[in-house]
Amino acid sequence: MTATQEPAAGTEIGRDRRRKEDQRLITGRTRWTDNITLPGMLHLAMVRSPFPHARITGIETEAAKQSPNVVAVLTGADLGEAQGACINAWPVVPDQVTPAHLPMPVDRVAFAGETVAVVVARSAAEARDAAELVEVDYEELPAALDLKDAAAAHENGGAIAHPDLGTNVSAVWRFDSAEAGTGGDVEAAIAEARENGIVIEREYRQQRLIPAFMEPRSTVVDPTGEQITVWSATQVPHILRFAIAATTGVPESKIRVIAPDVGGGFGGKLQQTPEEMITFAVARRLGKPVKFTETRSESLLTAHHGRDQWQRLTLAATKDGHVTGLKVDLLADLGAYVAIVGGGVPVLGAFMFNAIYKFPAYQFQTTNVLTNKTWTDAYRGAGRPEATFAIERLMDELAAELGKDPLEVRELNWIKHEEFPFTTVAGLEYDSGNYEAATARAKEMFGYDALRAEQAERRARKDKVQLGIGVSTFTEMCGLAPSRVLGSLNYGAGGWEHAEVRMLATGKVEVVTGASAHGQGHETAFSQIVADRLGVPFEDIEVLHGDTQISHKGLDTYGSRSLVVGGEALVRAADKVIEKARPIAAHLLEASVDDLEFSGGRFAVKGTDQGMAITEIATAVFAAHNLPDGLEPSIDSEATFDPVNFNYPHGTHLCAVEVDTETGQVKLRSYACCDDIGNVINPLIVAGQVHGGLVQGIAQALWEEAVYDDNGTLVTGSFVDYLLPTAADTISFDLDHTTSPATTNSLGTKGVGEAGTIASTPAVVNAVVDALRPYGVHDVAMPCTPERVWRAINSGGSGGETTEAAAPHFDESEGAAQ
Amino acid sequence: MTRINLTVDGQRVADDVEPRMLLVQYLREKLGKTGTVVGCDTSNCGACTVHLDGRSVKSCNVLAVQADGGEVTTIEGLAGEDGQLHPVQEAFRECHGLQCGYCTPGMIMQTVDLLAENPSPSEEAIRLGLEGNLCRCTGYHNIVRAVQHAAGTTGAAEGASA
Repeated sequence: MTATQEPAAGTEIGRDRRRKEDQRLITGRTRWTDNITLPGMLHLAMVRSPFPHARITGIETEAAKQSPNVVAVLTGADLGEAQGACINAWPVVPDQVTPAHLPMPVDRVAFAGETVAVVVARSAAEARDAAELVEVDYEELPAALDLKDAAAAHENGGAIAHPDLGTNVSAVWRFDSAEAGTGGDVEAAIAEARENGIVIEREYRQQRLIPAFMEPRSTVVDPTGEQITVWSATQVPHILRFAIAATTGVPESKIRVIAPDVGGGFGGKLQQTPEEMITFAVARRLGKPVKFTETRSESLLTAHHGRDQWQRLTLAATKDGHVTGLKVDLLADLGAYVAIVGGGVPVLGAFMFNAIYKFPAYQFQTTNVLTNKTWTDAYRGAGRPEATFAIERLMDELAAELGKDPLEVRELNWIKHEEFPFTTVAGLEYDSGNYEAATARAKEMFGYDALRAEQAERRARKDKVQLGIGVSTFTEMCGLAPSRVLGSLNYGAGGWEHAEVRMLATGKVEVVTGASAHGQGHETAFSQIVADRLGVPFEDIEVLHGDTQISHKGLDTYGSRSLVVGGEALVRAADKVIEKARPIAAHLLEASVDDLEFSGGRFAVKGTDQGMAITEIATAVFAAHNLPDGLEPSIDSEATFDPVNFNYPHGTHLCAVEVDTETGQVKLRSYACCDDIGNVINPLIVAGQVHGGLVQGIAQALWEEAVYDDNGTLVTGSFVDYLLPTAADTISFDLDHTTSPATTNSLGTKGVGEAGTIASTPAVVNAVVDALRPYGVHDVAMPCTPERVWRAINSGGSGGETTEAAAPHFDESEGAAQ
Repeated sequence: MTRINLTVDGQRVADDVEPRMLLVQYLREKLGKTGTVVGCDTSNCGACTVHLDGRSVKSCNVLAVQADGGEVTTIEGLAGEDGQLHPVQEAFRECHGLQCGYCTPGMIMQTVDLLAENPSPSEEAIRLGLEGNLCRCTGYHNIVRAVQHAAGTTGAAEGASA
């Protein structure tokens, strides 16, 4: 472990290179999908259900068809089987209850916002005008809205989201350490703690969130070539191509999917969406290029949401604070359909509730529930933020029960640095880490002891503004994922990644990756990796991605996988280039292969000044005039890497908040974090990932929530009501790193894309609760709004549910005027 | 249809537009100025920010006809004719003030306006001045650094670090 990582002179890895991507983005020379215009292109507008659950009894399209420049109005019945289907890639149990998911349903809608008809017109404005003229008759059905009610509906006659299924329970997935042989019996541990130790029982709410990427989703489909070309604002061009082919019958080889510039995703664009499928079907039917770009309200209403769990938690410990067991019982809201990862999201959390602690016994169960709300799927962290929140809140509760410092209780229970590699009670092998070092550094940056002293002083004088200090010592599993493990979990695909390195005749290098960036900076970071590996200038490397015709093979970008899986594929492809070049170098230098050394981009004959650059060999191979007999004239190489393990970044995050006990207002005071993400390729990009991740996690703690009213209407359906943080809400952060290189990839890197989001939410809520403990508060539900904090102070409890939190936009007495 | 005449990024243009057409639609759909983007329907996100007669406006909140006779500068017209980046553009790159880049045109145009009004803003003034522009990637940390860097109130090295 070293406290800081300094790049060696002349190397690219570790340098804070400015991004190659930026020149275009800062000058407006961009290729967002909505920028694409093709000759004769038509535009779509969706007609969406206002009801969460209703039978479609009639669709009158004639008036819309007569509207100016309308080309067609199509329903689900019109498109029929040509519309394909939206797939679930991860049936978490063999008997998972999975409702059929047509992109445009024919007879019944299952959430408010579902598309029932599509209008095609010569302009987007005309399409939208005409969509207003489509009249749909609905027969409302009882809607399953509340998660707890929905989970029990098959027993008590409550509303069923899909009546023909007879239940809202899609799956019950369970892990038990005693059954798996990875630990003891959790019930015995809890029983023992009830007699002789400490039992902490809590129920936490993971509110529903919306990924809210800045670029609304957009899809353009051009069916006029031999191949059907699909441009889409997606994180997953390869998976999308597979899903379109698999469900429409169009051969995969006849579909080209391009993810051009993509404006953020955070998991929200890893879906195969109904809108993409409808756009594809309309283009095929009409034989013309078509475009669909959603409005922000459509995006908030219909792009998948995240989180939405109830967590029932039981932690057992000895009287001196050693944890002895953890039992987790989740209810997870899938929404109206099982999305592509869908019920797998809570399962991804199953291995993380035990976190960095040495629990002897562990049990996890999730009950995945269908409701008549927008579907849920991966949102930055996907399962792991939920797990980290639960355990980090519980560790603070244990500390409070013991009357000890929360860091002291954590240290008592965490895996010590000399114990790595460590096999956890959930059956994972953590390869490396040093929780002591990261915590020591974070405390130093934060000024932990001084802030504790200030807190004591404010408490003593009963200051109306109380100081709270929150701790989160997180780890997570990322780098999705070892294919065999995915197979054992019943996931429908693998977790490998592909890369190719092409050596061009002019000395330039093309790198092709199956990862699909949407803001991460792959072009820069991957250039740095290849520059070091091949000894070619950073500027001479071009990274190509996001187009299935260029990058023919890949599994795309999510789960903090691009560097630790895709980067390793790239390293291996580059190494193959060197090995293919070696016999050619020997031939051209008239030396033995054994006498050659490769470094700094050059093959040198040991003990001489004779040598040749790998780029010169590329030129010689292009000419192919003088190659060894029997060798193919190419040193281009590709590699597909399947990881052997997940990847385990960790860190210690410390947050200080000031809580105004008279108003309930929470103000961020300072935030320091020390993340151990192994070796860093580009510290500038890493810092950006951490900053952005932190704010998304902090936003869950303090501001964001997707709220439905009793009618199943999303009342946070615009940026007026869904509170994305602004610059004025946030603060600057104090970041540092300790370095325990990963042992499962050549570069020793760990994922960083999700770390900030996973870590920060409990740090903030722990800080809010810490500020209020003298008031008898031991929980505040998220988001910790001033109202909820005030209620917690004044009436105990956690501040209650959010019900129709949105401010009315109009005076209700004038409502008729709308 | 209404006839409008205006200057966009130094180019005089004239078109017949529907009275309801937004300035951002005019820029994108009629002029192909796709550097300016749409991020929301409610003028909350600021991604569409341009300058109209020297002041920043959200171009989703201005009708094209209201720009008649005016002078519009978009992100595409900010750099010099020789391609020389505006100092604010340079600062965003230098300080890693963008990731996906979708909010960036609006952020940069708003920053130019902010610095024109207050050439040496405090961190608080920067944060308040950018309150109408949403970013989902950066957590604003490096955007604030970029503005400070452009204002000359912080060094590049500091701006680029955590």
